[in-house]
Amino acid sequence: MSYFSNLVLPLFIFIIIMYAFFKKCDIFSEFITGASQGVKSTFNILPSLVALMVAIGMFKASGALDAVIAFLHPVTSFLHIPDEIVPLAVLRPLSGSGSLSVFQSILKENGPDSFIGRAASIIQGSAETTFYTIAVYYGSLKISNSRHTAFCSLIGDITGLLVGLTVTRIFFG
Amino acid sequence: MKLLFTFMIIISVLTSIITNKTTEITNSLIESSRSAVELSISLLGMMCFWSGIMQVAKSSGFTKILSRFFKPLTKLLFKNLSGEESDAITMNMSANFLGLGNAATPFGLNAMEKLHKSSLIKDTATDNMITFVVLNTCSIQLIPTTVAVLRQNAGSQNPMEILPAVIITSLITAFVALTVTKICNRLFSLKRSRK
Repeated sequence: MSYFSNLVLPLFIFIIIMYAFFKKCDIFSEFITGASQGVKSTFNILPSLVALMVAIGMFKASGALDAVIAFLHPVTSFLHIPDEIVPLAVLRPLSGSGSLSVFQSILKENGPDSFIGRAASIIQGSAETTFYTIAVYYGSLKISNSRHTAFCSLIGDITGLLVGLTVTRIFFG
Repeated sequence: MKLLFTFMIIISVLTSIITNKTTEITNSLIESSRSAVELSISLLGMMCFWSGIMQVAKSSGFTKILSRFFKPLTKLLFKNLSGEESDAITMNMSANFLGLGNAATPFGLNAMEKLHKSSLIKDTATDNMITFVVLNTCSIQLIPTTVAVLRQNAGSQNPMEILPAVIITSLITAFVALTVTKICNRLFSLKRSRK
């Protein structure tokens, strides 16, 4: 399995370059044109990243995140969401690095093959960092009105949480 | 987005006063802004590389061929896509699917730019943009490599055992999220909400 996943990236690059070679493209200069666009894009998204990461960092450091988790406790225990999973579920849409570190500590505390470990793995693997994606994609174009994007994505995240837990129960009892 | 940002900062500052964590919050401000810059610098190399590859793929016509394969899917999800837009979206979808997160971001930014060009109201997301962003937040990956590696490091007997579960969960999540998006796009259509 891991052989295949290691193969994907080099193969993808290989196919693109080979195809361009057969089409007699000026590969190098096209690459440079694209890459200089890449530099611009990276600096375009920097302000959005700063805004998001500062807001979330402050939110965590002030204790507000812990307050939210405590506040949600009656709801999460009603839905049979294990306490250990709640910080991961709350952090997943907010911060990629944050959810990664929570995920790793869950694996360390509960073991990767426990029910909690597996549930956490499934939840971590089936979602993206919602607000990072929204901030970066809209921020780079200076779009201030994202309408119902966040709402729909969060519905997705909540679905992922509930379905992930259910699927873990079905597969791993 | 502006609501979330404002809300978070206000709540954070107020909470820090109540919990007496004002030093922590100031430190986190400096820490986080530094992390954001460090993240951008670490992304810079891959962004350049994949943007370069994408340009090669575009000029050779590879993106057109790929987007022909994805046509049924893009026709289902998006409305009135131009050729350029559907090519860019297809590249992003393939990168996501193959687990090439570093490639997906520049491809995605490029697709957003193309979608933005045909939009009339420059500061507002169009229906296609919303569908695209929601699709990106759903992450339908063939092989969840990051999670598998972490599980292995934590000593799992069978790190990949979660693979079918992850695929099923991602598919259901994507289905739900995209259906809700389609409904919202119709309910909160641009023409009506512009009061």
